[in-house]
Amino acid sequence: MAQLTYREAVARGIAQEMNRDERVVLIGEDIAGAGGVFKTTVGLLEQFGPRRVLDTPISEQAILGAAMGAAMTGLRPIAEIMFSDFFAVCWDIVVNQMAKTRYMTNGQVSIPLVVKSGNGGGLRFGAQHSQSIENWAMAVPGLKVVTPSCPEDVVGLMAAAVRSDDPVLFFEHKGLYASRGEVPDGPIEDVLGKAKIRRSGEHATIAALGMMVPRAVEAAERLAAQGISCEVIDVRSLIPLDAQTILDSVGRTGRLFTVEENPRALGWGAEIASIVGDEGFWDLDGPIVRITTPHVPLPSADSLEDLVIPSVDRIVAEVEKAMQA
Amino acid sequence: MTSPLERHPYGEHAIVLPPKSQTTHDAADIDREIRLLMYRRLHEIRQFEKRAYDMFMQNLVKGTTHLSLGMEAVAAGFGATMREDDYTFATYRGHAHTLARGVPMEGILAELLGRSNGLLGGKGGSMHLTSVEHGMMGSYAIIGAHLTIANGAAWSAQYRGSGQVAVCFFGDGTTNIGAFHEALNYAAVFSLPVVFVCENNLYMEYTAISDITAVPRPAADRAGAYGLQPVVVDGNDADACYLAARDALEHARSGRGPVLIEALTYRHGGHSRADPGKYKPPGELEAWLAHDPLKIYRGRLERIGVPSSALDEIESQVGQAVDAATEAAKNGPLPEQALAYTDVWADGGHSWRN
Ligand SMILES: Cc1ncc(C[n+]2csc(CCOP(=O)(O)OP(=O)(O)O)c2C)c(N)n1
Ligand SMILES: [Mg+2]
Repeated sequence: MAQLTYREAVARGIAQEMNRDERVVLIGEDIAGAGGVFKTTVGLLEQFGPRRVLDTPISEQAILGAAMGAAMTGLRPIAEIMFSDFFAVCWDIVVNQMAKTRYMTNGQVSIPLVVKSGNGGGLRFGAQHSQSIENWAMAVPGLKVVTPSCPEDVVGLMAAAVRSDDPVLFFEHKGLYASRGEVPDGPIEDVLGKAKIRRSGEHATIAALGMMVPRAVEAAERLAAQGISCEVIDVRSLIPLDAQTILDSVGRTGRLFTVEENPRALGWGAEIASIVGDEGFWDLDGPIVRITTPHVPLPSADSLEDLVIPSVDRIVAEVEKAMQA
Repeated sequence: MTSPLERHPYGEHAIVLPPKSQTTHDAADIDREIRLLMYRRLHEIRQFEKRAYDMFMQNLVKGTTHLSLGMEAVAAGFGATMREDDYTFATYRGHAHTLARGVPMEGILAELLGRSNGLLGGKGGSMHLTSVEHGMMGSYAIIGAHLTIANGAAWSAQYRGSGQVAVCFFGDGTTNIGAFHEALNYAAVFSLPVVFVCENNLYMEYTAISDITAVPRPAADRAGAYGLQPVVVDGNDADACYLAARDALEHARSGRGPVLIEALTYRHGGHSRADPGKYKPPGELEAWLAHDPLKIYRGRLERIGVPSSALDEIESQVGQAVDAATEAAKNGPLPEQALAYTDVWADGGHSWRN
């Protein structure tokens, strides 16, 4: 067991896969010599050399196109998009090319690649460097979408993403980079499409993603002191989605809350609410409550950003209110 | 005066005439066998595209089609030079490049008809023709994207040390999108074994490229910005294309980095479907019809002593092949309904949740 930061875990996961498989290569802006603007790729250039770890121009389309073309022809690239907001300038490659080419070619082409990206708010970076964009990706058939919430999952899900024969968008939460956690020694491989119960509880299920997971856990601790026992599910993977773990939990608790950093409309929590509404309706003892960032761009001032992104206080208050009603 | 249509009415821009000479490459060092193959390819593409057009007009071809009538020489010239394991990346105007890699006609035509014997089982259509086993790595319908993807295939070839080259075809209009510029710089920076071929047919969809581009030669005049040589070839002369391709492939294969070629050509028909091409100034089409790739090549082969009966024979063999492919395509069953749900994922299915 080692204590690693979330950002160290990113490099550990990539190194694990690059050691295992010659075909894994890494490209992105400032990722090689500088070790990444978020220091998530420190040491990889030194370990694997400039043939496998490449600094690219500021050309997001060229980066993702290169990753895709290489994936189609025998490599298993990892590409970095520095801030997930920048997906907007290369979304064509992701949505029209990576996501659809296997389908359109009737299975002739395989696209085993990972796009890793710094995602999410809380760092006062303002509306263009703080978004949580999982919902954009989840809306496109053909993309796998994962967001780990702790260092151990970063390593395991990175391994699963690299080994997947489908394109995976791997969202690293910028607000978690400095957080620490235990990571077992030796190789780790997790699976895509498996949620994890972070805390068991009897009265309510809280489904959360990324930085909202530690907040939901903390909220659950406080709610427990008031006699409300919450089960916290770390959704981890939006596509594929482990709906069953959530449905089973709601079957036990009778209540569902989602905690979403993403803006409200058409959020991943809405999809989960819809599934539970369809398939878990008779288990529900009350309305499903979505606790989300409102449908606004993220403000930069710390006081305002803290106001809009779901906080521990807000999660506690919303759960209390709904459970007392 | 800033807008092109303040300078001249729509369709009255300056005519661009084809090159004058058709004999320049008569004595080129190209094997007769290869020339005969190119002659066959030119006819395969011409006759296939005409058939596709006819079947479109009969409502048999679904959706849309973008034909290469008049532009056959680029595909024929490159196809005849590429190594079997080289990679082709084409646009939605990709029938010609698919045929040029030796993909059988039946699958292409059936794909246009949405039949299960289509190249993609009916799931891709005219704009996405792909046959990985022939090195045809896809036809891409969002302008610019595939230049960046071709880079990736070239990078992979370089990394694996396979000696393969990626050849990427695109139009004049594509030189004005960001991905073109990103891709050229990227390829140059990493010395990728990739050949970019701009098929300059003078038009984007319905607008003359000269009206909306800052330089007269949309690709060649940008080459210098990426440390590349400006190369312009007669895109209607299959030998010119063959020679340019041979040099470019040699250059890329030997590790000297990317090449950008501008092949000057003309599409005889409209952009897609039944576009009548009203934006073409009077006299332009006629001038280019006189510089038709098939006419040029037949003239050359006759001048170097190929009997016209041999050429007639090739043409009629191709005609028979097109007829047979048409029958086979028309007789193809519709795709099974289950096919709509396959191959979203590598496991073959479409499931996204448990
Ligand atoms: C990004 C994008 N913008 C616009 C279009 C619509 N479109 C399809 S073909 C075309 C013209 C392209 O012209 P050119 O590159 O010269 O190729 P050509 O069709 O002449 O072969 C346009 C604008 C598109 N497919 N993708
Ligand atoms: Mg054009």
